[in-house]
Amino acid sequence: MTPLARTDRSALGRWWWTLDRPSLGALLFLSLVGVVMAFAASPPVAERLGYDQLHFVRKFLVFLVPAWLLLVATSLAGPRTVLRLAVLMATVALPLVAATLLVGAEIKGARRWLSLAGVSLQPSEFAKPAVAVVAGWLLARRPGLSGLPAAALPVAVLVTLLVLQPDLGTAAVVVAAFAVQLFAAGLGWFWIGLLAAGGGLGLAGAYLAFDHVRRRIDAFLDPAAEPYQVEAALAAIVSGGLFGRGPGAGEVKYYLPEAHADFVFATMAEEFGILLCLVVLGIFAFVVLRTLSRLLEAHCRFVLLAGTGLLAQFGLQAVVNMGVNLDLLPTKGMTLPFVSYGGSSLLALSLGVGMMLALSRRDVRLEDVP
Amino acid sequence: MTSPDPLARARGRLRLLALAFLLAFGAVGGRLLQLLLAEPPATAARTARAEPEVGPRADIVDRHGRLLATDIPSVSFALDPLYVRDPAATAARIAAVLEGVDTAELTRRLARPGSRYAPVKRHLLPREQRAVLELGLPGTILRTRFRRVYPQGDLAAHLLGAVGADGRGLAGVEYAFDRRLREDPDRPLRLALDLRVQFALREELEAAFRRFRAKGACGLVLDVHGGDLLAEVSLPALDPLRFGEAPEEVRLDRCSGAVYELGSVFKLVTAAMALESGRVDLARRFDARGPYRIGRFRIRDVHDYRRALTVPEIVAFSSNVGTVQMAFAAGGAAVMEPFLRRLGFDRPLDWPLPERARPLFPRRWPEITVATVAFGHGIAVSPLQYARAVAALVSDGRPRRVRVRADAPVEVAREPVVGEATVERLRWLMWLVVERGTGTKAASRRYLVGGKTGTADKPARGRRGYDRDRTVSSFVGVFPVDAPRYLVLVVLDEPVGDEGTFGFRYGGWTAAPVVGAVIERIGPLLGVPPADEEVRRRYFARLREERFVDPGTGRREKRLAFVAPDRR
Repeated sequence: MTPLARTDRSALGRWWWTLDRPSLGALLFLSLVGVVMAFAASPPVAERLGYDQLHFVRKFLVFLVPAWLLLVATSLAGPRTVLRLAVLMATVALPLVAATLLVGAEIKGARRWLSLAGVSLQPSEFAKPAVAVVAGWLLARRPGLSGLPAAALPVAVLVTLLVLQPDLGTAAVVVAAFAVQLFAAGLGWFWIGLLAAGGGLGLAGAYLAFDHVRRRIDAFLDPAAEPYQVEAALAAIVSGGLFGRGPGAGEVKYYLPEAHADFVFATMAEEFGILLCLVVLGIFAFVVLRTLSRLLEAHCRFVLLAGTGLLAQFGLQAVVNMGVNLDLLPTKGMTLPFVSYGGSSLLALSLGVGMMLALSRRDVRLEDVP
Repeated sequence: MTSPDPLARARGRLRLLALAFLLAFGAVGGRLLQLLLAEPPATAARTARAEPEVGPRADIVDRHGRLLATDIPSVSFALDPLYVRDPAATAARIAAVLEGVDTAELTRRLARPGSRYAPVKRHLLPREQRAVLELGLPGTILRTRFRRVYPQGDLAAHLLGAVGADGRGLAGVEYAFDRRLREDPDRPLRLALDLRVQFALREELEAAFRRFRAKGACGLVLDVHGGDLLAEVSLPALDPLRFGEAPEEVRLDRCSGAVYELGSVFKLVTAAMALESGRVDLARRFDARGPYRIGRFRIRDVHDYRRALTVPEIVAFSSNVGTVQMAFAAGGAAVMEPFLRRLGFDRPLDWPLPERARPLFPRRWPEITVATVAFGHGIAVSPLQYARAVAALVSDGRPRRVRVRADAPVEVAREPVVGEATVERLRWLMWLVVERGTGTKAASRRYLVGGKTGTADKPARGRRGYDRDRTVSSFVGVFPVDAPRYLVLVVLDEPVGDEGTFGFRYGGWTAAPVVGAVIERIGPLLGVPPADEEVRRRYFARLREERFVDPGTGRREKRLAFVAPDRR
C-alpha cells in the first residue's frame, strides 16, 4: 500500500525503493525512545538547573523535527552530492571549531560551544561526519593507500583542534573511525599493529598530559574508587532489573547530573528495565551490521570508505556510551545517538546518519561516483 | 587504474569489521545480562554510609552474673528526601505524631538538594513506630539497630562508662574493654563488681551526700586480698544514657579520675613508714605541744594537747604535731620519698580504665614538704590509689593491682612495702581509732572495724594557702580488723555540717558513719562472720588507758598506751 510504485522513477520513488528501509525504521524507533527518555529523564535535570520541568523536552522536540527532515533530505542525495555537502560542512565547521578555541564559552573546563544567532552549538559535531566523508574520498581517489597522506590531513586538523579544546572523547572517535577506514582500505597488518601501538601511545600521552583523563582512568582501573556517576549508574541499572521500576519511578535522574544525556542508558535501565536496554542495543547492532552488509555491495571505493567512516563514528559512539554506562569503559562524555537529549547536536547527527543512509542505498550508480 | 575487483579486499575487511562490532555489541549485551543477575544493591547502600551499622556489644555483668549493661534492638526513623514533595508539610505531619522533632530543622534536612537520607528520630517506642507506619510517608526508612541500656540505671554509671552513637565506648569499662565487647559479643564481660555491695554503698553514700550538701562524693569497696573493686560510687550521679550532655563535674569519676589532698587519712601511711623504719615503736612519745615550727611555717593541731603523746595517741587523736615528728624520727625525706613511691603515689594508678588521674607528687623534699605530706597535705592522689595502698599496708604489705574484671589474674607485688610486724601494729592502731579515737562513729556492733579519719582543708581559690571553710572529709575503714578482708573508703567533697554533727564537717562526723553503715550492711552479704569476743579481748589487752581532766583547759582527755603482748 505504499504510495510509491516500484516503477516510480522520480527522485523520491527511487529513494524509497533503494533506501535501507529497515534501518530507517530502526532509527525512527530509537528516536521515539529518545522522546520518551526526554520526558522521563530530563524534567528533574531541568528543575535542578533552574529551568521549568519541560525545558529540555521542548528544546529536544523543537530540534527533532528539523533534524529528521534534514536526515531524510540528506539521504536523498547521491554520492556526489554527499561529497559536496561534506566538503561544504568541513570548510564551514573546521574554522568554527578553531574559533571555539578563541571565542568559545568555557563549559565544564572545555571550550566546545559557539553561540550563533541565539543557538549554541558544537561545530565539532558537524565537522566530525564531514571529515569522515572527505577522508574517505581522499583515500578512494588513489589506488591502494597512496591517498593516505592527503586523507590524514583533515583528520589531523580536526583531531588537533579537538585535543586543544579539549574534547578527547570526540577526538578518539574521529581517530578510531579513520583507522577503521584505513583498515577497510586495505592497510597491511604490520601498519595496523603500528597504528594500534600509536593509539596506545596516544592514550598513554593523554593519561600523562591531562589530569581529568588520568583521574578517570585511575578510577576505572581501581574497582574500589569508582567515580560517583558510574557507581550511581550501575546501582540504578541493577535496581531496575529486567522490567525496570516503572515509568517515572526512577531515582537516579534526581541526582545524576547527566541523567538525560551521557547517562541516559542507565536512566532507561532503571525505569524501563534491562529488557529495553537490550532492545536498544539490538537496534544499534542491527543498524550497524545491516549498513555494513549494504556497504559490502557497494560498487565504488568512495561509497564504501566514506560509508564505513560514518558508520564507524555512529557505531563507536553508541558502543562507547553504553560501555561507559555499564562500567566497561572509563568515563567519557559521549551521548547515545538519538536516545540522549541533544539540541543542535541532533542536527549534526542527522546530517551524518543521513549521509550514511544515502551511501548505503542500492541505486548508487557509477556516474554518481565522484 | 583498477584491478579486476579492487573492492574484494575491502569487502573482506568489512566482514572482519562486522565481526568486531558484533563482539563489541555482544560484550555490552553480556554485561547487561550480568547486571541482570547481579545482587541488587542494599536499598540503603547510601543510607548505610550516613549511619554506620552498629554491631552488638557483649553484656556486662557483675561478679555473680547480674546484668549491668546489655543491648536491646531499637528502631530509628529517617526519610529519603527524594520522595518528599513538600518538606514543610511532611515535617509538620511528623511533628504531630512524634515528640521531640524539631520541625524547622527537619524541613531544612528534607529540602537539602541531592540528599538521600534525613534522620528524623532515634529509638522509637513501639507506639511511635506504629504512628510512623500509619503516616505512610513515601521514602520512610525504619532501621533496627542496637541500643545500649543499663538495667541498673545510674547505679554503677561511672565505672561502666558509656557508649557513643557510633557504638564505641566513651568512658569507663565500655571504653577500656571496647574491643573485647565488640569482638566477642556473645560472651558477657564479668566484672569484679558486686551489685549488692554497690547498691549498699550507693545508698549510704548518697544519703550522706545529700545530708551534708557535699559538692561531690566518692565511695569504694576493695577486696584487700584480691584487689577486686567490689563497688565504686561517684556522686553526683551520672545518667549513662545522657553521658554526652552531662557537665564535666558530673562525668568526673571522683574515685579514680580526680586527685585530692586527703589529709589525716594519710597519717596511716606515715605511721606505717615510721614503724617499718624501726626507729619508732608504739611506746615512743613525741612532744605534742604546738605549734611545731619549720622555718616560717607553724604546724598546729585542732587543739593543743600540751603534753607528750604516745604513737597510739597521735594516730587515734590525729595529731599533726605528733605525726610530723614521727616522720622526722623515721628518717625524713630519705625514707618518706621512696616509701611513697613504692606505694605507687608518684604515678597514675595502673589499671585498665581510662579514668587515671595523675597524682600531684612533690618534686623536691624540703623539711616543710616532709612535714605536710606526713599529715596528707602537699600530696594529692586519687581515692582509689590511696585505698589500694592502705589495702596493701593492712594485708601482707604487698600492693595489688586493682581488679576490674573478674577473670583478670590477681597480681601481687613481689616485694612487700612493710613487714608483718608493721601490718599487725597498724591494724591495732586503726582499731584504736575506731574504738577510742576520732573514728568511733564507724564502729559496728557486728564487726571489729579499723580505720582512720581525715579532714583536709582544700587549697584556697585564687590565693596561696588553704581555705578552712572548704574541706575534703574522709574515712577509710577495714574489717574484720584482725584479718582485714574488705576496705571501705568514703570521701566527701566540701560537706557542710548540720545540727546532727554540731556543725562539724570532720571526717569522723560525716564520712565515718557512712563507712560504719556500709560495713554493717555488706558484711553479711559478703559472708563475713561477726567479731569473735576473743579477738576483741586480745585487742583490748594491748591497750592501757586512763581518763583525766586537763587541769589547764578543763577538757576531759584520755591517755592511751600500748602494752606489749606477753612474750613468755
